[in-house]
Amino acid sequence: MLKCVHYINQFFAGIGGEEKADYKPELRKGVVGPGAAMNAAFKGEAEIVATVICGDSYFNENEKEALATILDMIKSEGADFVVCGPAFNAGRYGVACGTVANAVKEELGLPVVTGMYEENPGADMFKTKVYIVPTKNNAAGMGEAVGYMAPLALKLAKGEKIGVSSQEHYMPNGVRTNFFDEKIGAERAVDMLIAKLAGKPFVTEYPMPSFDRVEPGPAITDMKHARIALVTSGGIVPKGNPDHIESSNAQKYGQYSIEGVNDLDADHYETAHGGYDPSYANERPDRVVPLDVLRDMEKEGVIGSIHPYFYSTVGNGTAVASAKKYGTEIGQKLVDDHVDAVILTST
Amino acid sequence: MKKLELGIVPIKDIQFASKSEVKGDTLYVNKEDIIDLLKEDENIENIELFIAKPGDSIRIMPVKDVIEPRVKVSGNGAMFPGMVSKVDVVGEGRTNVLRGMAVVTTGKIVAFQEGIIDMTGEGAKYTPFSQLNNLVLKVDTKEDIDKHKREASVRMAGLKTADFVGKLAKDIEAKEVETFETLNVKEGAEKYPNLPRVAYVYMLQSQGLMHDTYVYGVDAKQTLSTIIYPTEVMDGAIVSGNCVSACDKNTTYHHLNNPVIRALFAEHGKSINFVGVVITNENVYLADKMRSSDWASKLCDFLGVDGAIVSEEGFGNPDTDLIMNCKKITAKGIKTVLVTDEYAGQDGKSQSLADADASADAVVTGGNANMVINIGPLDTVIGYPEVADVIAGGTAGSLKPDGSIEAELQVITGATNEIGFNKFSAR
Repeated sequence: MLKCVHYINQFFAGIGGEEKADYKPELRKGVVGPGAAMNAAFKGEAEIVATVICGDSYFNENEKEALATILDMIKSEGADFVVCGPAFNAGRYGVACGTVANAVKEELGLPVVTGMYEENPGADMFKTKVYIVPTKNNAAGMGEAVGYMAPLALKLAKGEKIGVSSQEHYMPNGVRTNFFDEKIGAERAVDMLIAKLAGKPFVTEYPMPSFDRVEPGPAITDMKHARIALVTSGGIVPKGNPDHIESSNAQKYGQYSIEGVNDLDADHYETAHGGYDPSYANERPDRVVPLDVLRDMEKEGVIGSIHPYFYSTVGNGTAVASAKKYGTEIGQKLVDDHVDAVILTST
Repeated sequence: MKKLELGIVPIKDIQFASKSEVKGDTLYVNKEDIIDLLKEDENIENIELFIAKPGDSIRIMPVKDVIEPRVKVSGNGAMFPGMVSKVDVVGEGRTNVLRGMAVVTTGKIVAFQEGIIDMTGEGAKYTPFSQLNNLVLKVDTKEDIDKHKREASVRMAGLKTADFVGKLAKDIEAKEVETFETLNVKEGAEKYPNLPRVAYVYMLQSQGLMHDTYVYGVDAKQTLSTIIYPTEVMDGAIVSGNCVSACDKNTTYHHLNNPVIRALFAEHGKSINFVGVVITNENVYLADKMRSSDWASKLCDFLGVDGAIVSEEGFGNPDTDLIMNCKKITAKGIKTVLVTDEYAGQDGKSQSLADADASADAVVTGGNANMVINIGPLDTVIGYPEVADVIAGGTAGSLKPDGSIEAELQVITGATNEIGFNKFSAR
């Protein structure tokens, strides 16, 4: 039978409330408090062999020390997996559960599940790190919480594949996971609209992120001495695409010398981009990276000089995280090379 | 008011024969009939026909379009008006549907954005077209014509063939009949005074440069947002002409069988009053985006709807149209649900859409198209397997020496469809 160690606070252990919140970590054999319900929900597949109890204030005020002690206690019991809480809406308890769970996962390498209310500060801190089951905001939701936590913990302990958050009842953890739903998308959309129209609860399948907006830099006042660089997400590359930049969801960007090059002609350049009709870009790559016009301006003295490299990637279905990474790297190179301004072309 | 009956003619088998006809639940095709028909196009050099059935060890790639053959039995007009038949309003009377089969077009790659249909194995799980009996057209155009002409030739070859096959079932008695009726605005309001009024805002791919959709023969990027009866869509008023990523392009088959329209009809008269469809485009210029979303929201307001389902086609650039539509429709006091798919990176950890807004609080997703899949080798490839390395979702080395393909889900035709065709999703 699988061995579980359960982490709870002083309140759920029946030791006391706020006045006992400075209670130091204690290891007790067997189940304590909510452990009984959890144990029953394991249905004979696992057993809580020991319970670690710690006061919420003590934990948060002596985190390093408390955590070390708690991890030692868990290790000493030879646990196969760990369950923390549930903490409901108790803030310090939630943070403690998240911190212990994260350390159990990272340092002991053991499967772990915790549970708390969605607005518990511990949820935002740890939901992308460990499995957190959303619970009601008070202990009246204990039965429901245990009913979701126990099967998820067992699945993890047995090394089974964990399904998507909506099926396994954990908080969305920032990793989008594909699966086959029960109904087709159109029917789900109509169901959702009917609920929304009736003012009934519904759950969006994709919660919108808060958007990262970048303030444009100040305008250049002295263009005559400015060093200008060309950067594109339009996929212009030397003919043959030497870096094999992908036509969609680019995994890299390229840096290409344009020293002594006066325009990007069809004999030497092309686009690798898979998101638009390449005919006109391939006919004249200057249409995407306007080196020809910029060289004229350089000659006429409108601008100071052109940076001797251009940077290119494909902005087609490319993950925002990748784009951010390429942008940061390219930006740093341009700053290091004393570039004053960038013409950034998209398609 | 428009009422359309779909007469269902189930097709369970396709065979080549000396005479083209539908007999029982089998379609017999004389190859020469199709070749003669398509050779009218002087840009077409070579045509080959194949049959691919569910479970066959066949991979079709690059897939251009998938079309369900249908035929008008009674009522105004003919299938695919403005494309293969003359412009006339469709969407009423009786239309026979050859259910269980499709015409699939393939040929030399036109652009990067064409897909794969596997009839068996891992790849087959993700495309609905693995479940159909497919009449596959491999169309090779002349080498010296430009890509746009090549696209037009392959597109028209598919539509003409579907039209030809559909007509074989004109006099066949339907096994079952599905009826769809949309009242005009006044009649509908009188008949269902207490039901919430709902519109479907149907976004059509129109980024241009071979990302096109045609409405009654008009390129959608040259249209203002407008209103269409849902039954017109079932008669081929909207056809695909686009080469966007295979996973979330709407093939002509998707348009004909739009599941949002079906799901709204299923609740029509019960929990909602499905008022009609607003079609709106996804052009690339900001002024066009603003105008089209202004019009889409204005038409929703004009129809007096309480709710709207908005579906996207494609990704990235059209994400901004989706969000603009959502913001503006919501601002009219109308509740929205969006249908989209995601590009969350291969690890699923990146932001899924290129735009976002707090008003988009009810979203249905067709899944993360960046997921990497490995589809094993199949016995037969109809088309050109080497394009695996360059189609959207593929990368250099996607095609393995043993014939298997490792690529993003993007490459599979219809995999993350954004009109909610599939059960596939993500959380």
